[in-house]
Amino acid sequence: MLLENVMLALTGLLANKMRTFLTMLGIIIGIASVIGIMTVGDAMNKSVMGSMGDMGVNNITVFVTQKMDDDYNFESEEYVRDMKDKDYFSEEMIQDISGHFAGRIEGVALKKSAGEVKIEDGKKYANINLEGDNSVAFSQAGLKIIAGRGITKSEQHDARKVIVVSDRYVDNMLGGDTQGALGKNVEAVIGNKYYEYTIVGVYEYSESSGQSQGAGKSRKDVRTNAYIPLRTALIQLREKNQYDEMEVIAKSGEDQGILSNEIQNYLNQKYYKDNDAYESYAYSMKEEIKSMESMLNTQTYAFAAIGAISLLVGGIGVMNIMIVSITERTREIGTRKALGATNGCIRLQFITEAVVVCLIGGILGVIVGEVFGMIASKMMGYSGTASPGGIIFCVMFSMAFGVFFGYYPANKAAKLNPIEALRYE
Amino acid sequence: MSKIIIPETMIEAKGIVKRFNVGCENELEILHGIDLNVKKGEFVSIVGTSGSGKSTLMNIIGLLDKPTEGSYLLDGVDVCKAGDKELSHIRNKKIGFVFQTYNLIARTSALKNVELPMLYAKVSAKERKERALELLELVEMKERVGHTPDELSGGQKQRVAIARALVNHPSIILADEPTGALDSSTGRKIMDLFHKLHEEQGITIVFITHSPELAKETERILTLKDGSFIDERMGIKYAS
Repeated sequence: MLLENVMLALTGLLANKMRTFLTMLGIIIGIASVIGIMTVGDAMNKSVMGSMGDMGVNNITVFVTQKMDDDYNFESEEYVRDMKDKDYFSEEMIQDISGHFAGRIEGVALKKSAGEVKIEDGKKYANINLEGDNSVAFSQAGLKIIAGRGITKSEQHDARKVIVVSDRYVDNMLGGDTQGALGKNVEAVIGNKYYEYTIVGVYEYSESSGQSQGAGKSRKDVRTNAYIPLRTALIQLREKNQYDEMEVIAKSGEDQGILSNEIQNYLNQKYYKDNDAYESYAYSMKEEIKSMESMLNTQTYAFAAIGAISLLVGGIGVMNIMIVSITERTREIGTRKALGATNGCIRLQFITEAVVVCLIGGILGVIVGEVFGMIASKMMGYSGTASPGGIIFCVMFSMAFGVFFGYYPANKAAKLNPIEALRYE
Repeated sequence: MSKIIIPETMIEAKGIVKRFNVGCENELEILHGIDLNVKKGEFVSIVGTSGSGKSTLMNIIGLLDKPTEGSYLLDGVDVCKAGDKELSHIRNKKIGFVFQTYNLIARTSALKNVELPMLYAKVSAKERKERALELLELVEMKERVGHTPDELSGGQKQRVAIARALVNHPSIILADEPTGALDSSTGRKIMDLFHKLHEEQGITIVFITHSPELAKETERILTLKDGSFIDERMGIKYAS
């Protein structure tokens, strides 16, 4: 019976191709806009999440910030004194954190940027970002060493002038021989000062490593990181062993929201209680990602809901055309009733017709929306697809739509008086 | 539910009254207590001018409408008490309609049109096709099974409609002016087909017409005027 109804619906729809197409168009545009928006939303989501993920999802960022009273007025430009030595995270505090939270954290990553430098040798040049890392930060960088080794503990401790550079640097300055690069010197001029480091390792540069300085530049001009021991950087920069920011690396399985609160409270209780202007603040990247993700999703759904309004208009179009179709076919309905069709049979026939229109429209809409969504996200520089769940939901939804908007006309048809229907001219 | 008696009589209607706009100022009584008995295998015609109440009576016999008063047993089943759904089933199984305007379903092949009542009777697809082809052969339309109504002539459409009426082995064929829209020679052929079905298959036929000539060919002629039967006589062939 259902199959017969579907065949019947298809025959009826094919008989009025233009009308059917125009009716479907409403559904196609509605579904396509929802799917398109979801695709672009997904692309943006992935892109934002991807770049945030690179920052390290297990990291809890702890930094020094101004103390804020409950009645703090953001708009007033009160004078806040500059940071003094006592306001910074000291070596002692970092040791304390490492000890107190041992077992729950992998360590505390510390880095100091020693500046962005253009290294030149005759016509050859390379852009680097000189970064001093402690061993935790260095291992967090997740580098793929392709020649030599990383920076050792003793080199860290003794503040040796060693450096780990990218393969891009080797390509630009040393003709691409990564093994041969080991032991060679990197000569950098930073702020009128001349520094010299010995290459101990070469890592493979990748676009997704979070070193976004290179985006959009030619291969040769890409600025890559070069890593030196943290102490070396501190000495060269003549800076004290103190920081306004550190990254605490949580062990996997730890609840980062709780841990970041504990760290913040521990530091504030112990070191910043009597501080007049500054305190510590900790937040976990994972928590940030979560809230960011939910914000982006909300945004996508809000846009999709706007798209759904056009779907509603399409649904009303389906309902309208069903009513027209039923009026045109009044005699047919009368005949069917005379031949033994129950009200249920007639209702089912017309609901099936509406569902078939909506379903075909829905499937076409998914295809159109997906194609346009992909093109749009590509143009915006992302790549994304609507989730399979979303697609199934849209197809099911368009079927439900058919039932919803087909029910009223179908019920009207089912309730026709057979005598009047047969007499209808 | 309905009481079943061994059917000698196919239609047994007593005191059928039909009023429209009951209780309103413009209340109108169309049928004034009609008694109608049709035996199994009988070929009866009901004649009357327009406005005599023919169509109203036919709608009641065909279970498309209910009488205001009176009782009606169809093939031994009291149909006055049946609900809408039950009436649909009875129409489907026991009554074969043949309309003046054929009322074939547009854009649907002759075969599918004939299959339609069986679809509502939930007959399997294979059986439907076999039975439909059998009947289209009986009405000499086997060559045209794939044609849609707009590809058929009036006479051909009526043949398809007759095949469709017969498909569920109905108790009666209810033919409402079946030759009314046809020219006389085509009408003649359709009339011959009814005679053939009646004589060879013993099918009960109630034939509604305003043509006394065609009515005379049937076994019994009932004349309806202003909502009452005014005359009953035997057909020419059967008079002796």
